[in-house]
Amino acid sequence: MTWKFADDIPIYLQIINIVKADIVAGKYHSGDKLPAVRDLAMELGVNPNTVQKAFAELERQDLVQSERTSGRFVSIDEKDIEELRSDISDAYIAEMFANLRKLGMDDKMIKDAVKRWEDKQ
Amino acid sequence: METMVCNGLCKYYGSIKALDDVDLHLEEGRIIGLLGPNGSGKTTLIKLASRLLVPTEGEVRICGELPSPETKAMVSYLPDRNYLPDWMKTKDLLEMYQDFYGDFDVKRAQEMLNSLNIDFEMPLKKMSKGTKEKVQLILTMSRHAKLYLLDEPIAGVDPAARDYILKTISSNYDETATVLISTHLIADVESVLDEAIFLKEGKVVLHQSVDELRDSTGKSVDEYFREVFKC
Repeated sequence: MTWKFADDIPIYLQIINIVKADIVAGKYHSGDKLPAVRDLAMELGVNPNTVQKAFAELERQDLVQSERTSGRFVSIDEKDIEELRSDISDAYIAEMFANLRKLGMDDKMIKDAVKRWEDKQ
Repeated sequence: METMVCNGLCKYYGSIKALDDVDLHLEEGRIIGLLGPNGSGKTTLIKLASRLLVPTEGEVRICGELPSPETKAMVSYLPDRNYLPDWMKTKDLLEMYQDFYGDFDVKRAQEMLNSLNIDFEMPLKKMSKGTKEKVQLILTMSRHAKLYLLDEPIAGVDPAARDYILKTISSNYDETATVLISTHLIADVESVLDEAIFLKEGKVVLHQSVDELRDSTGKSVDEYFREVFKC
């Protein structure tokens, strides 16, 4: 499958976000092996250097550890997963607020709208 | 290690400056898009690197060497038109490539041809435009070259096969090789590119990593191209 990437953000950042979302969603657990660079590049339809760059950044952020011969593994504590989850959800909420403010809604109207939407569910 | 270097490279056709004082450094292990409107000098640059043309001024070097039979052995070139005898069948072409190129990987070629369901017994002249292009691209990418020069490799190919071919390009090249792709189909190729070169009227107006370009402009390479070259 070829992934649909957003146009305005570097692809390696989008790959980082995909991996983080997979960790939060429980698709990867601590200790799980990540796919090989070439395999993931093939799956996503991107350049292997881009995947390499994304993995290097994940290592820098201490979410992934590389073992010299056996590959890269997810390494994260339960409490850090919560932190990661709130980081990601904050970003979604910030985006939602930004979009709704563009419609001329103030924060009170947005909160009311969220409540109304929730009640309808 | 630099796979290809251009120093003050110029090519004039009479009074027309097809390439005008081009300086470029292409590193190994990179996939680079050579992008520009029609007549901006893309094919001329590729032909100079593959030694089909001689510079008017300046030089191009492949792995440090001036173009010669030795550099030709390191360069795998896909021209923008059919260059193979059209009576030949796919299986004949495989044999010819094995004879011509010591670095030709016939197994790899057969695998790719099979994945795209290409008939080994069909002569080129009976193939559709897209199939012909697929065969030629597979032959080109099945060499273990240092530099791949692909001039408009996917123009006639359907979108599904395009995805397959791009994956093939990005996963099959050697880590010490460089791939230079000239194309107008920027949106299709940009996810596999490391770097983009914009050519305008024979001059390099941009040479940047695609990530940096997206970061600094907030646009895809395709969008940015449309802005720079707006008619």
